[in-house]
Amino acid sequence: MALRNLKSLGQLLLKQQIPQQQQQLIHTTPACCEIRKLARLRVVDNSDLGKRAMAEGRPPRCIHVYNKRGVGFIGDKVLVAIKGQMKKGILVGLKQKQKPKQPKFDSNNLVLIDDNGSPLGTRIHVPIPTILRTILKEKTQAKGADYTKVLAIASRYV
Amino acid sequence: MNVSTRFLINRLGKQCAFNRIVTYSTKSTEHAAANAVETEKEPKIKETTASTASEASIPIRKPVIPANYRFIYPEFLPDPKIEWRNPIREKLERMDMLDRRRQIDLPEFYVGSIMAVTSSDPHAEGKVSRFVGICIHRDRCGLRARFILRNVIDHQGIEVIYELYDPTIQKVEVLRLEKRLDDSLFYLRDALPEYSTFDENMEAEQLEEGAPVPVNDIKVVLRPRPWLERWERQNLRGVANIDQYLKDKHRQSARRVQKPWEKYDLMKQYRATIPEEEQNEIFAEVYAELHAQELQRKRNKRKRTFVKPKQLA
Repeated sequence: MALRNLKSLGQLLLKQQIPQQQQQLIHTTPACCEIRKLARLRVVDNSDLGKRAMAEGRPPRCIHVYNKRGVGFIGDKVLVAIKGQMKKGILVGLKQKQKPKQPKFDSNNLVLIDDNGSPLGTRIHVPIPTILRTILKEKTQAKGADYTKVLAIASRYV
Repeated sequence: MNVSTRFLINRLGKQCAFNRIVTYSTKSTEHAAANAVETEKEPKIKETTASTASEASIPIRKPVIPANYRFIYPEFLPDPKIEWRNPIREKLERMDMLDRRRQIDLPEFYVGSIMAVTSSDPHAEGKVSRFVGICIHRDRCGLRARFILRNVIDHQGIEVIYELYDPTIQKVEVLRLEKRLDDSLFYLRDALPEYSTFDENMEAEQLEEGAPVPVNDIKVVLRPRPWLERWERQNLRGVANIDQYLKDKHRQSARRVQKPWEKYDLMKQYRATIPEEEQNEIFAEVYAELHAQELQRKRNKRKRTFVKPKQLA
């Protein structure tokens, strides 16, 4: 009897969940072509946290951009809210219009890093622009965080 | 207004409509083909006239400019916007373009052609980057001419803008020379990824000499909304399933913003195009050089296609 009850309860729960999911599908933020606060991003490395967040359909939100304009460009460091945590990340591909010879991507890509600049994952599974080589080298200071480790885990450059 | 003047004006208008053609249009391919046929006929007539002229001892011969030059070399035509015209600058730019073309082979391509661009990479010393993709757009004139390549690599759509006369470009290859049904293919951004996926190790496909550029009449399948642009308002011919995602309100608003009378607006057409006489003037200036380069390219191609027979025994 108890088992049957449990089953019916589960079915009820399922029925309740379906309309909720549909609601979620309808209520989506429009694609933001500029990285500013509350812009949704796509994690492209294989870090556990990033993979889980993307699989759940709750991609991270940018909550701060570490530059003076407040708009993130390629190679900029951002603070993101991901699965209830705050993590730092580096933008490695943007939807925005780019200069000639620099690739424009179909999604806003992010690689998660820790405070020392070393990435949380071990692989980036999309191409990253070669200009990051120069940008990240410039941003790395002698005693500060070393961002060039992100370049080492890239699988491919464009 | 009496009948004869009205008839005359009508004929004039028709002539104008025939002469003035938008610089970056591939839609008028039939038109161009017809023109090409005409020009094929023309030289014969001109030859006959020339022979008669030589009999009359007048040895002046003007070069016959092919009618399809405005499609092959659209960047030689200046921007028709009157405020931006400057004949001296345009002439200097044309000279610079020819200079660049002497250094590098910039082949004929169209929106819809699959291309590979090899450029030197300032961010990795001593290395080059090669990007293969479909040309989705071609714009700007003169030295600023540029095109956009699009490809999907590792399930990630990527677009790169290249400037045609960029000195860091080392090689421009056309892997498959063809046209599409539309003048720009931005809708590939909203289409399923297989329509913009191209193999990076693709071999160049050779077209027969003198054959017309084939038009690929593939119809792409769009993803459901939301889209980046309102494609239903753009009268696209290369999209298969646009009607599937439209509601009545979209259709109505599309109908409201349509401007079907614009194709009859002669003044608008005049402002948006370079007149044929001016085009002829411009191409007459660069024809000798371009023609020589074309011949050289043909010779090189023949050299490349020759394969040494292997000894079997």
